[in-house]
Amino acid sequence: MELPLLSLIVLTPAAGAAILALLPSDDAVRRVALGVTLIDLALSIVMLANFDTTTHAMQFTEIRPWVPSLGINYALGVDGISALFVFLTALLGSVSVLASWVAIDRKVKEFMINLLAMQALMLGVFSALDLFLFYVLWEAMLIPMYLIIGIWGGEGRVYAAFKFFLYTLAGSLLFLIGVIVLYFEGGETFDILALTARDLPFGVQSWLFFAFLIAFAVKVPMVPVHTWLPDAHVQAPTAGSIILAGVLLKMGAYGFLRFSLPMLPEASVYYSTLMLALSALAIVYGGLLALAQDDLKKLVAYSSISHMGFVTLGIFSLNLHGLEGSILQMFNHGVTTGALFLFVGLIYERTHTRSIAAYGGLMKAAPIYTAFLALFTLSSMALPGTNSFIGELLVLSGGFAANPAFGAAAVLGAVLSAAYLLGMYGKVALGQASVGDRYAIHDVNAREMVAILPLAVFVLWVGLYPKPFLEIIDVSVKHLLVQVHGTGGGP
Amino acid sequence: MDPVVSIRPLIAIAIAGLAALFVLLLHKHEKLRDLVSPVAAVLMFAIVASMAPTVLSGGSVELRLFEILPGVDFAFRADALGMVFATVSSLLWIVAAIYSIGYMRHLREHAQTRFYACFALSLAAAVGGAFAANLFTLVIFYEVLSLVTYPLVYHHEDEEGWLGGRKYIVYLMGASKSVLLAALALTYQIAGSLDFVAGGLLARVEAPAALLTVVYFCYLFGFAKAAVMPMHAWLPAAMVAPTPVSALLHAVAVVKMGVFCVLRVVFHVFGVGLVGELGLGIATAYLVSFTILMASVYALTRDDLKARLAYSTVSQLSYVVLGAVLLSPVAMVGGIVHIAAHAFSKITLFFCAGSIYCASGKRNISDMAGIGRRLPWTMGAFFVASLSMIGLPPTAGFVSKWYLAQGSVEAGEMAFLTVLLISSVLNAAYFLPVSYAAFFEAEPEESRAAVREIPMVTIPLVATAILSVLMGIFPDYFLTLASGVVG
Repeated sequence: MELPLLSLIVLTPAAGAAILALLPSDDAVRRVALGVTLIDLALSIVMLANFDTTTHAMQFTEIRPWVPSLGINYALGVDGISALFVFLTALLGSVSVLASWVAIDRKVKEFMINLLAMQALMLGVFSALDLFLFYVLWEAMLIPMYLIIGIWGGEGRVYAAFKFFLYTLAGSLLFLIGVIVLYFEGGETFDILALTARDLPFGVQSWLFFAFLIAFAVKVPMVPVHTWLPDAHVQAPTAGSIILAGVLLKMGAYGFLRFSLPMLPEASVYYSTLMLALSALAIVYGGLLALAQDDLKKLVAYSSISHMGFVTLGIFSLNLHGLEGSILQMFNHGVTTGALFLFVGLIYERTHTRSIAAYGGLMKAAPIYTAFLALFTLSSMALPGTNSFIGELLVLSGGFAANPAFGAAAVLGAVLSAAYLLGMYGKVALGQASVGDRYAIHDVNAREMVAILPLAVFVLWVGLYPKPFLEIIDVSVKHLLVQVHGTGGGP
Repeated sequence: MDPVVSIRPLIAIAIAGLAALFVLLLHKHEKLRDLVSPVAAVLMFAIVASMAPTVLSGGSVELRLFEILPGVDFAFRADALGMVFATVSSLLWIVAAIYSIGYMRHLREHAQTRFYACFALSLAAAVGGAFAANLFTLVIFYEVLSLVTYPLVYHHEDEEGWLGGRKYIVYLMGASKSVLLAALALTYQIAGSLDFVAGGLLARVEAPAALLTVVYFCYLFGFAKAAVMPMHAWLPAAMVAPTPVSALLHAVAVVKMGVFCVLRVVFHVFGVGLVGELGLGIATAYLVSFTILMASVYALTRDDLKARLAYSTVSQLSYVVLGAVLLSPVAMVGGIVHIAAHAFSKITLFFCAGSIYCASGKRNISDMAGIGRRLPWTMGAFFVASLSMIGLPPTAGFVSKWYLAQGSVEAGEMAFLTVLLISSVLNAAYFLPVSYAAFFEAEPEESRAAVREIPMVTIPLVATAILSVLMGIFPDYFLTLASGVVG
């Protein structure tokens, strides 16, 4: 029998969480949690190394009956659309454990259990091929995230956690209704691939499209259902923010790619202009909000709304450049914004303030920190040579082909990103003021460096040699375009 | 002729990159550290020069590394246009490296390690841009150049330095994140590639004229380093940098990168034919003529010598663009050759400004009465370089202006001949009074003490003044290259 690699990837953190419950000391908990996430990361690398880039078919598939009477299966598999996210989740898992090493000093065991449970669920969502399994995991993710924000968060953590919970739950209810409708309309099956092959009437597609839209739009988040995000980010501990921005936000966009586009192709094409408009709105509005922030964490949170607008813009361009760019950009956003939240966490641990106005001249006190902060800031503003530039160029190329007006709006968002990110960097790292005089700041230590370096590698790797990443995506996206347009679609 | 495949373009870039690394490693051994830059500059120039015979005979030296996106490679090609820029940058780096040592030591500047490291990286970026084989590779080096020159601009880390640095980065990044980004995305969308193609990448594909026009102007303003008005304000702001930076980077490497990019777009992205068809040549010519004249008027009103030189640079850069967009072969040759002519002369003028500042602490022209008697070599070189800026024989500026003027006639555009003449008069009006004051006005009593030439600063500026004249007498190298570009 072949090794059930995906099950191993999904269940390793779950098993790890169980082991943590038995450990006596906080220190042992940290070490084991790190070990588990590193094993998981290694497994996901094995998966990518063995990934066949020549087929759009699901790979590493596993299927076992779960509730046979309802036709529910435990079915896993990845294709070019999900493979990178499995890897990204595993990567950010290790980073999250490292980011919580000293930042979390109470209920360490409970925290790490939540973190690992969260990771298992997220990996499950990205590899589920059964709609019911997907839904269960999707919903279950809410609980550990709610606890992470609500218990280990900042001052307003309870409010933020509730807001996060309510928004997501509201979306999920519509998603549940959609799942049930899909089950009956699609021939009483939960098999995602089988559902994809169904040809639903346009009326049904339309209803389902909007049910899914609300569920996914909350997660992305798209304007105007984005207001939970800044609260959640500001209150969440660093690891929570990394997971939230790095992986959870991708879930919504992944939902569009896995469900809306292939299952509801006519509705997706029909409503694409609306989606492009909403995306452009998110890009510009998110950028403007980011520009107005003094709280470092809020700035990065609002920038995420803008950057995720690029992702949905690319998706609903419904062409090759747009889709490839948006999937790559999701990966890039996970790496870069994950890193930025890590950096916010690092400086908060040292100064206990997140007010940009309180910083200044950090370059002198922490040169290595500011050098890497520069790298990730430039990556976030998509400077040529960094990962996000490739994604942004592809998304814009796709966006201009789909609708020049919204393409132009996206360019406006790109300028805004340069404005708020450079402004932030200037105020934090440069200038005559010296934050080092007011706070005892030490530069990054070895453990922090271990968390930073892999992310830095991906910034430059994807920026200069994105081919291996695009190859993973390519065939599956072309297949998706065939599903949407019936043909290969435009360039 | 088949291109020669060689790793030399990459080596040239790597030398400057390694130089930066060695500067950082040797930060505790000042003497050794200061030696790194001149040595690297000589090596880099030798590598660049070694490619000259191939390029002069109509060939090119290529290196294709890997694919970035379909239709976009990370690739280098040393062709005629690239060689003009690379030769000028690497040759002048030798002189500037020596000058920097004299200048920085004399003024006991702080953060010298950072200064030399960023300086070397700037050269790596400039030569990388010169040898880039497509827009993607070019833009990477273009942005790297913005980043690594930024610490050089805010070098003094005082209020003025931070403000100047901010303006610098906001203009350059703002332009490239807005219109340049749009231009790139649209070009990739339309052509499916970002390669430089003889005759024009976009000339090969069908696209609406209105769209192409938009893309064209996005490039023209997106490459803000070319300082076409209104994208020029960063350049005077960058003058807060130490003078060696203003000399090599903000008179040669950075600004020439800007006009170089514009020429790439005109020649190899759109192609001369398409630019003419769309009627963009004359439109651009009017635009840059405005810059030529306005910047000269600004220059007239500036008393700070470096500010005057900066506005003069804004004006002179537009000569290069003007030559290209007149679209007549002779004018194009003039524009390309002006890259070199302006470089040799303007670096001399900046070196002189630095020399005056080192020797006397003076920055304003109104304080320089009689200083020519204390600094005869410096002010002599200043005078020679001024003649070149005005365009008098036998200096470098004469060659390029001659071609530009003849090209305007050939293009049948007398309006631009007039622009050239007026601007030459303006050049004379803002440069010659400096020399006049230095040599013929009476020196105030109090400033006579202890002002004398500093050899390590003066020798480089005499060398570049000689280069300005030599290029006027032997312009063949650059003329041949320029003819190679025009074909």
